[in-house]
Amino acid sequence: MDAASGSRAPERPAAEDVEPVLRISGLSYAYGKTKALEDVTFAIRPGRVTALLGPNGAGKTTLFSLVTGLFDSRRGDIQIAGHRLRKARSRALAALGIVFQAQTLDLDLTVTQNLRYFAALRGLPGRAARRRIDELLAEIGLSDKATAKVRNLSGGQRRRVEVARALLDRPALLLLDEPSVGLDIATRRWLIGHLHDLARDHGIGVLMATHLTDEVTPEDDLIVLDKGRVVAAGRVEEVIARSGAIDLDAAFTNLTPVTHGAKSGETA
Amino acid sequence: MNAAHAGRAFVAILWRELLRFVQQRERFFAALVRPLVWLLVFAAGFRATLGLSIIPPYETYITYDVYVVPGLIGLIQLFNGMQNSLSMVYDREMGSMRVLLATPLPRGFLLLARMLSGTVVSIIQVYAFIAIAALCGTEMPPSGLLPLLPVLVLTGVTLSALGMFLSSRIRQLENFAGVMNFLIFPMFFMSSALYPLWRVREGSVLLAELCQYNPFTYVVELVRSTLYLDFNPLALAVVVGTLVVFGALTLIGYTPARGGPAAARAGAGG
Repeated sequence: MDAASGSRAPERPAAEDVEPVLRISGLSYAYGKTKALEDVTFAIRPGRVTALLGPNGAGKTTLFSLVTGLFDSRRGDIQIAGHRLRKARSRALAALGIVFQAQTLDLDLTVTQNLRYFAALRGLPGRAARRRIDELLAEIGLSDKATAKVRNLSGGQRRRVEVARALLDRPALLLLDEPSVGLDIATRRWLIGHLHDLARDHGIGVLMATHLTDEVTPEDDLIVLDKGRVVAAGRVEEVIARSGAIDLDAAFTNLTPVTHGAKSGETA
Repeated sequence: MNAAHAGRAFVAILWRELLRFVQQRERFFAALVRPLVWLLVFAAGFRATLGLSIIPPYETYITYDVYVVPGLIGLIQLFNGMQNSLSMVYDREMGSMRVLLATPLPRGFLLLARMLSGTVVSIIQVYAFIAIAALCGTEMPPSGLLPLLPVLVLTGVTLSALGMFLSSRIRQLENFAGVMNFLIFPMFFMSSALYPLWRVREGSVLLAELCQYNPFTYVVELVRSTLYLDFNPLALAVVVGTLVVFGALTLIGYTPARGGPAAARAGAGG
């Protein structure tokens, strides 16, 4: 691949030295009287994949809805690429690429039409948008499906298109809410591998919500959410070590004891 | 958001709406058949038995089918406004509205763009209806057709705002379809669309009073007066006021920071 294609980013400072792409401080949210998130605080570094691991109902989707501005909470603060979501919503959201859990493509439009529609919403000029769409379709291996209607694509292909859509505007932060739901093993592997490529090669901070421990790789950062609270955060091996478990499965069970029906301290 | 970004985003939203409209040919025919049935079946019968004396903005005796055209133009826009809101509820349920609301564009702009693009679709339907009505012998002054255009933009956006407000309060697609029927027909029948208010008053004072509190009456009267190059300040004021009230309520409904239920529902799920 030639240099102009820009597949490798120039040397960057170590991830630990740079500003987080997402900083969440003291964030709480409730549905009426039911608390969904309580005092959530963490940061996501650029060039890293961070898994947001939590059982069903832990508050992952609520957290994503807050970060994407669909919900609003007056308790706590969200900063995306240095911009406060509440004070500078447009700038904060401009730095964000999102893949929602439910598939959100327009089934009656073609792949290219879907991407062009979204590119326009993000303000990309026509020629730049066309170039970027071609580039991304090649990257996800769907150039031959450019003119196919989304309705005729498989679930895995649709998910790839959604990842491409989230990357159109070269976001600093990519959010994915349980993106592997309903995908076959090959597509799941492709997806996880692609996310790591994006973080490594383009310096994107990736935050992926999941409840599956096998989607977390040893080199990832990890945040464990349970009942709306962050119960552990750090590198995967640190979280495992601190929980006194032998592997991530066991650590996850220890950290979310009620959900998993295990007593605290047990190792699976 | 700069002007170029806003322009691109608006064109994209309009293009998607037009594409949907073209893809759903049945929707176009249904939108035309509905007022044409009123004009060619209902009004044709009345034409033989009912003429209207000279009332503003008409300067001469008119036949019933001529009288009913502005009301049917209003009906097209009313249905279209509701259809537009129905597709908002559908987008919300399918999740694609999350993608729209999570873009770095102000909520007010996104909602206005949706309302305007739906209005453009309704204007295409209105002019197609006027052309068919003229071919069928219902006379309208051609000089009123161009001044009618900005008025149709205003009335279309107003009726869309009304529909959008409803869409922000209603939880499910099925409920919305029911509410649409509950709203459209009383609004249409309790207005000056089919009969002049003085005629209604002869039959029932209460009904005439109700018609006077119906914003759709003023939509119809604004279209009627513009079509005949007359100016109706009361109708204009009521239509603008309705747009301001329902536009503001819609914006609140779709803004989570203001406790908007629709925005919260768009984010829910998963």
